[in-house]
Amino acid sequence: MSKMHVKMTVNGRAVEALAEPRTLLIHFLREELALTGPHIGCDTSHCGACTVDLDGKSVKSCTVFVAQANGAEVTTIEGLAAADGSLHPLQEAFREHHGLQCGFCTPGMITRAYRLLQENPNPSEAEIRFGISGNLCRCTGYQNIVKAIQAAAQQMAVATTAPGEAAE
Amino acid sequence: MIPGSFDYHRPRTLEEAVSLLASLGEESRVVAGGHSLIPMMKLRMALPEHLVDLQDVAELKGIRIDGSQITIGAMTTQAEMIASAELARLCPILRETALQIADPQIRSLGTVGGNVANGDPGNDLPGLMQALDARYLLRGPGGERELPARAFYEGPFTTALDPGEVLAAVRIAAPAAGHGWAYEKQKRKIGDYATAAAAVLLELEGGTCRKASIALTNVGDTPLLAEAAGRALVGTAVDAAAVKAAAEAAKAIAAPAEDGRGPRAFRVHLTDVMVTRAVEKARSRAS
Repeated sequence: MSKMHVKMTVNGRAVEALAEPRTLLIHFLREELALTGPHIGCDTSHCGACTVDLDGKSVKSCTVFVAQANGAEVTTIEGLAAADGSLHPLQEAFREHHGLQCGFCTPGMITRAYRLLQENPNPSEAEIRFGISGNLCRCTGYQNIVKAIQAAAQQMAVATTAPGEAAE
Repeated sequence: MIPGSFDYHRPRTLEEAVSLLASLGEESRVVAGGHSLIPMMKLRMALPEHLVDLQDVAELKGIRIDGSQITIGAMTTQAEMIASAELARLCPILRETALQIADPQIRSLGTVGGNVANGDPGNDLPGLMQALDARYLLRGPGGERELPARAFYEGPFTTALDPGEVLAAVRIAAPAAGHGWAYEKQKRKIGDYATAAAAVLLELEGGTCRKASIALTNVGDTPLLAEAAGRALVGTAVDAAAVKAAAEAAKAIAAPAEDGRGPRAFRVHLTDVMVTRAVEKARSRAS
């Protein structure tokens, strides 16, 4: 039951640590790496507050052992803003459209929405609701979360259109 | 909730995994996506001393299609199964069912093999595999064997898998072109197991049902093949009387637990509703 040497890339940064294999990824991120953006909500893989991106998939980091994530690439909410500190379009849109009230679910919600838009850049409202169905919000009633994700999708589509194309 | 301690192993081949399990003995468990096992470990209802993680075993991944024969590697995730256009064409009930498992994050790690091998009557794929008459490819220290899904489930979390054996793949003969299908699941909320669910496959010929297969999820200690319910449709036009007869036959074998999902009578009633809806939807999709 000894500790193991764990290496992974978190938000673009190579990290290494000794950890017990049973350490949950959420605890490793929060306690070892001080990335307290992903939250522990239910601790039973229901609420989605601990959602992070693991090798290009949305996962609930309360239900992944650090040993399973050894060698993986992880992105947390802390990794979404640009290097100069400017917010990701999803973060901007959540602020603009009041996509949060207490904010507890927000890191997981945005990290999940980030992957959803990678997989489906132009989702319908129904697709957004289905795509975030593993993330619970107890404040907003989801209306403004959906609006924020729709607005971010539009913003990101504009941003990826080359200037010449937009003019045509 | 902190799970018990364990040693972690990550073999690269199935052979290595099987020999690890043999040498580590009974206190070892395989972990696939982990979304059934890890919650159990967090509750300390499972306390394996060794975890053998199958994520690097490439031969357990992927979907292979050879004519009408479908082979789904055990480590194929539910999300990968949903994304397969070929599976959606050949056997669309796989996608329809997988979309009703848990939620997107869980489906991105949860595997086909884990869902069928775990033996939890709440899992959705075991019921579906009854209806599809799937076969499971098992690999153990003594070699390989194939077992019908209909002979695999013995009780809650009890299956025909021998100690040290690994479920390697699921094999399905695709239903005939033009078949009708539906998986109807009633659940309290996203992420929950079924209060009751039904898988239906049927084939029509000139408006008459020539083949039908119905199975139930989470209304018994194991997934239930509702043979009499299927028989009630065969030879009929799947009219209201036949649908009612099938639903009655399914209800007759439902023996759900009393739990937070409701009293027994309610879940038996929902079995009726799910079978009725699934048969009607399957009929409307058949050609």
